[in-house]
Amino acid sequence: MTPEEQNFMRKIEAEEKIEPKDWMPEQYRKNLIRQISQHAHSEVIGMQPEGNYITRAPSLRRKAVLISKVQDEAGHGLYLYSAAETLGISRSEMIEQLQSGKAKYSSIFNYPVLTWADVAAIGWLVDGAAIVNQVSLQRTSYGPYSRGMIRICKEESFHQRQGYEAMLSLAKGSPEQKAMAQDALNRFYWPALMMFGPHDSESAHSQKSMEWKIKRETNDDLRQKFVDQTVKQIEVLGLDHPDKAIKWNEERGHYDSSDLNWDEFWSVINGNGHCNRQRVEHHIAAHDEGEWVRDAITAYNEKKRAKKAQQAA
Amino acid sequence: MSVITEKLELFEVFIRSKRGLDHKHVGSLHAEDHEQALEYARDCYTRRSEGVSIWVVKSSDICASQEDDADSFYDPNDDKPYRHATYYVLPDPVNNM
Repeated sequence: MTPEEQNFMRKIEAEEKIEPKDWMPEQYRKNLIRQISQHAHSEVIGMQPEGNYITRAPSLRRKAVLISKVQDEAGHGLYLYSAAETLGISRSEMIEQLQSGKAKYSSIFNYPVLTWADVAAIGWLVDGAAIVNQVSLQRTSYGPYSRGMIRICKEESFHQRQGYEAMLSLAKGSPEQKAMAQDALNRFYWPALMMFGPHDSESAHSQKSMEWKIKRETNDDLRQKFVDQTVKQIEVLGLDHPDKAIKWNEERGHYDSSDLNWDEFWSVINGNGHCNRQRVEHHIAAHDEGEWVRDAITAYNEKKRAKKAQQAA
Repeated sequence: MSVITEKLELFEVFIRSKRGLDHKHVGSLHAEDHEQALEYARDCYTRRSEGVSIWVVKSSDICASQEDDADSFYDPNDDKPYRHATYYVLPDPVNNM
């Protein structure tokens, strides 16, 4: 090991954070850029399914809440893009990677959102799973990412609670509403578990990222946490658990559960989910249609600069 | 009597007390340029190992919101209590989410 590497590893082992101007291994930088930008893309793409429901949310209150949530997601995307930018990649490079398919985003957003109950289930389960992951990442070894996660976790807790509250209203409503809630749970439970990624043994980037403390807990451990906390939540809703094999294991102190459909997981990751093409196409269209806004900003700034220069002269 | 500080720029000083934490504003000082401000800040603000990193920023480069604007700046948030987690009342067994 070079002295630089030794110094880097000493900080990692002592639980000290790595800051942007510190020396870091090229692969550490790469892994971080991949993970943080993927995380940022997920926040941004995640606005699409929920944004679609703002006009259709069942009351003014639900609309206002949904608007606030979507606003938060945009903000979270911004925090994360900015954190990634401290590693030397530009915003436009990241957007380009998202649009060309080189960079991924959370596969959960490639599932169609069919009913209002799906929106409730997303807040509860998808944001719930994201929080489990993000709470763990508050302790990531890269300073700007860690600080971003702390901020995001603080803001995120309302997301899950509003989703669960909306779910509770449906589950305690008419038989039709309850059936809708059950259907949403049945469809979103499994993809939510897949959000934690492949089994540790199959995860290409996990080992190095764990060693460098970019990730603090393994995919399977985080998924187990989520499985455990969700059992009670389903019970309080009075809905049936989608996993018929769910069973408390006294010895492990955890719930045992069914294995996931990994063929589906890889298929969606590799671009064959219901909405992959639609999500990216929409992002490209929105980006292109926003061109005139960026042009206008540039033109306005130039005008302002010229005016200032004239006044100074 | 000429006052030297009038000829020197004012800088704001931010210190990171520990790796991983945010830089926090600790005060200001006069200096000729950024390099000097950094040295002065080290001598003045980190005499007891208060920091592991210092930022200095020209005070004139800071654009700040005005105290008097606070109403129009922040008021609109008062009618959005649903942005807070505590707004949502959940049954006790699941209230820790």
